[in-house]
Amino acid sequence: MEAGTADVVRSRTVNVTVNGTTYEREVDARRLLIHFLRDDLDLTGSHVGCDTGNCGACSVILDGTLIKSCMVLAVQADGATIETVEGLAEADELTELQKSFSAHHALQCGYCTPGMLMSATALLRRNARPSEEEIRKAIQGNICRCTGYVNIVEAINSVGEGS
Amino acid sequence: MLLREVEYARPASVQDAVRLLSEHDGARALAGGQTLVNVMKARAASPDVLVDLQDLNELKAIDLAADGTLTLGAMVTYTDLIDSAEARARPILGEVCSAIADVQVRNRGTIGGNVCSNDPTNHLPPLMVALGATMTIVGTGGERQVSADEFFVGVYMTAAGPGELLTKIAIPPGKGDGFAAVTIGKDGTCIVNAAASLDGGAPRIAIGCVDAVPVRLEPASPEVGVVRDAVRAANLDPPGDVHASADYRRHLAEVLAARAVEQAQQRRN
Repeated sequence: MEAGTADVVRSRTVNVTVNGTTYEREVDARRLLIHFLRDDLDLTGSHVGCDTGNCGACSVILDGTLIKSCMVLAVQADGATIETVEGLAEADELTELQKSFSAHHALQCGYCTPGMLMSATALLRRNARPSEEEIRKAIQGNICRCTGYVNIVEAINSVGEGS
Repeated sequence: MLLREVEYARPASVQDAVRLLSEHDGARALAGGQTLVNVMKARAASPDVLVDLQDLNELKAIDLAADGTLTLGAMVTYTDLIDSAEARARPILGEVCSAIADVQVRNRGTIGGNVCSNDPTNHLPPLMVALGATMTIVGTGGERQVSADEFFVGVYMTAAGPGELLTKIAIPPGKGDGFAAVTIGKDGTCIVNAAASLDGGAPRIAIGCVDAVPVRLEPASPEVGVVRDAVRAANLDPPGDVHASADYRRHLAEVLAARAVEQAQQRRN
């Protein structure tokens, strides 16, 4: 179905490009983008933490913009280009940010890490050398319940300094 | 989370959107979805039809007219507004928007959604009242203008009724504005907030979170004692909850109104 149609539908064909791969699926209007990514496309890197829009574990980049995929319907993403944590590393080569998370022990249980990486990636694209305050503001929408924020901020800061 | 079954449409024009909203009982406009999708999860709202406004580019414009009037399309996101050079004509707007929630929500949440959801703890309803904004509402019968004062009708209720759509918000020129809030955590939900503008001569104050709609006050002068007396004289009857008792909210209303006016004075000078 073409974007822009004014028909009322209960489900709709959704075309998306995720990490460079194009997918086409028939999706119920009530399906959240996070479930579309995880359950329909089997891209389970993005996590469901709170399912209420608070924790940010489901953060992905949609048409260049950081969003929480539990607060977007899959049908709203029709026609969009999406980046998830699976798309950060090229082949087996981790990004500088991912290496920095590893080097700074910026993950404990790891549950928040996909969202943290996407938020930090979005930040560094907008601002290659963020201040600590800017880093903290940029990951405000991502909760680490291990409370390991200091190492996460240091990991992002060290990539910013290296750029 | 699995939402209740819902139908969906993605109109290409405001006219189509209004037609869909008016033809279907239980239809709701879907802007950024940062409130609506969550209340659907909680079953606090169960719309039958979602009318997705994302293709309506005419609702995404920010215009600064020669006379200084700033017009914000209803689908302008907080991030759009924060990044907009035109919107700096009224700096308080970007400052308040940058204290709403977090990056992800600001990237997706819209100005129109904030005012139309009219949650009493939202930032923008009191700000729009203090700034003297004018809302444009479109229905099948045509277009009408409503002042922010008259736009906020009750908890979650606005002058934009069933079958109608808020399309834009016009804000007159000025710079003598202030905003103050006490929130649950940094940039969190407001416990009490207050906006003030001195551009109309006497201070125009709007206090949020203390009643169903922003409480508008116009004290005779911006002097702190006069402002606090005016808030006291309003006999506010705010709710009490786990975050703040009614008495504490009344106290905050006085303090925050005075702070907002103080900031507005500094900005005007």
